[in-house]
Amino acid sequence: MSTRLLSRAPQDTPGTWKSYLGLFAILAVSAFPVYWMFVIATSTDDAVMKSPPSVIPGDQLMVNLREVFTLQDVYFTASLINSLIVSLAVTASTLFFCSLAGFAFAKLRFKGNNVLMFVVILTLTVPNQLGVVALYILMGKLGWNGQLIAVIAPGLVSAFGVFYMRQFIGHAIPDELVEAARIDGALTLRIYWTVVVPAIRPALAVLGLLTFVATWNDFQWPLITLNGTDFPTSMVALSDLASGNYVIYRRVLAGAFVATVPLIVLLLIGGRQLVRGIMEGALK
Amino acid sequence: MSLTDVRLTRSEEPKHAPPPRAKFWLYRFDTKTVPYLLIAPFFILFAIFGLFPIIFNGVVALRHWRLDDPTLTGWAGMENFTKLASDTDFWDALVNTFGIFILSTVPQLLIALMLANLLNRKLRGATFWRIGVLLPYVTPVAASTLVFAVFFSRDYGMANWLLSLVGFGEEQPLDWRATTWSSWIAIATMVNWKWIGYNALLYLSAMQAIPKDVYEAAAVDGAGPWRQLWRITVPMIQPVVLFTVILSTIGGLQLFNEPMLFDENPALANGGYDHQWRTIAQLIYKVGWRDLNLGYAAAMSWALFLIILIVAAINALATRRLGGGK
Repeated sequence: MSTRLLSRAPQDTPGTWKSYLGLFAILAVSAFPVYWMFVIATSTDDAVMKSPPSVIPGDQLMVNLREVFTLQDVYFTASLINSLIVSLAVTASTLFFCSLAGFAFAKLRFKGNNVLMFVVILTLTVPNQLGVVALYILMGKLGWNGQLIAVIAPGLVSAFGVFYMRQFIGHAIPDELVEAARIDGALTLRIYWTVVVPAIRPALAVLGLLTFVATWNDFQWPLITLNGTDFPTSMVALSDLASGNYVIYRRVLAGAFVATVPLIVLLLIGGRQLVRGIMEGALK
Repeated sequence: MSLTDVRLTRSEEPKHAPPPRAKFWLYRFDTKTVPYLLIAPFFILFAIFGLFPIIFNGVVALRHWRLDDPTLTGWAGMENFTKLASDTDFWDALVNTFGIFILSTVPQLLIALMLANLLNRKLRGATFWRIGVLLPYVTPVAASTLVFAVFFSRDYGMANWLLSLVGFGEEQPLDWRATTWSSWIAIATMVNWKWIGYNALLYLSAMQAIPKDVYEAAAVDGAGPWRQLWRITVPMIQPVVLFTVILSTIGGLQLFNEPMLFDENPALANGGYDHQWRTIAQLIYKVGWRDLNLGYAAAMSWALFLIILIVAAINALATRRLGGGK
């Protein structure tokens, strides 16, 4: 019996009840902190001090939200808008510049194509977090510290994006299609717009999701450059909420929940694309 | 999108067709120069905001650069680095970083492997499970860490309640933030929670690329599921394992968000009252933007960069030996 089953590859072997149990357990652990964030966000102060802990949502969500949104010095409402501005700007710019460069690397003949692509891949390995001190000084010289532009500018392009787009365009668009358009007299930018962009929508969705999630969740650099200003991103505002001598957790977690909701919505809408993007990224 | 579309657009063009000579130059420009214009934005922006800061960081590290005393400038030579060598804060932070790194990377990758193995079956609702395990990945680390901060509180924390169920710490609940080991475990738990699903998908994608006949051939030896995993699957996905080890090394040694927000008062960047869980990235933040000594913070960044390179190389070698060396 067991030999017959195992001559199959695992992906052809049906899951047993044990596999489902295992998956369910992992999913429950993955979801619980987010669920509990919601529980505390909807509760009164004593919910965090219960034993056994409370796991049923209360009815105080509106009260807690009102407190978070009206707090002085935290600028929570503005922070959500700021996060949205930053994430949308970074995502749009990454999609545009990376698909342009990916197109050039995949389909256009020019001197140094391969060498320059190799440079792009090299830059993937540079942990750019390590340049934060110098980046801060640079932003200071530009007069951008404390402004959203300081968070947007470093995210405008990504080496991963160029690489990902090059791979996708290389596979998705036959050379003949580009050649035919060129023989018809279409200029490069026109080919990009009428041939390439319509064909790479799935890849744009994937890269867009990955970029938006990463940008929305970014904490260290926004904290450095925006902390103490009137323009925090929502992550910086959350850290402000949680700082101080006396922290009110239902309020903190109500804020955390609000900042998490957009991403849960994205996961529900674009989960399929996100999974595919991560899995494709692994094979590079 | 199709060829016909392209032809249609072309038929409109001759109306304002340029004279032949201009057309030739336009064509030359379009094929010789435009490709560079398309890739230029990436290289220019990366040069300014990616490459330049890393190089300039080296210059800052060799200078006096204080935010609170702009008049104190000039070359410091190796001063920042010699200070680093005898700075116990730095070495303590290095130990913390490594401790948390090991506690988070090893279980993370092992559990991710198990999870990928579970996902790598013929499942009902395969997409649902795959999307589900990404929930921690999309959850902002600031938000989830604040949940865990409550979860690991000494009084009424859920972690202690769970421990009390198995009869541990009923008289004296564990103060997770107080001791080194417990704070490391708490922070490592947060890191593991966030990255297991993501890594599992990376492994899953590699597992599904293994040719099926490899399994058919091995079934003759009567390999059980466990042996199948360790003898066939894991060696076959070794390149991706290597990739995740390097990714976790780069990410783990720069750990900042979790230790930062685990603190009862994050703004201080203390990493515990005795700095028992302060990581290097956190120390860099504290030295740079609390002590306002950017020159010294830059030197620390360079030291961290060097350490990451060395550890990533060692891990890469070790993973290669474990997987394919036999």
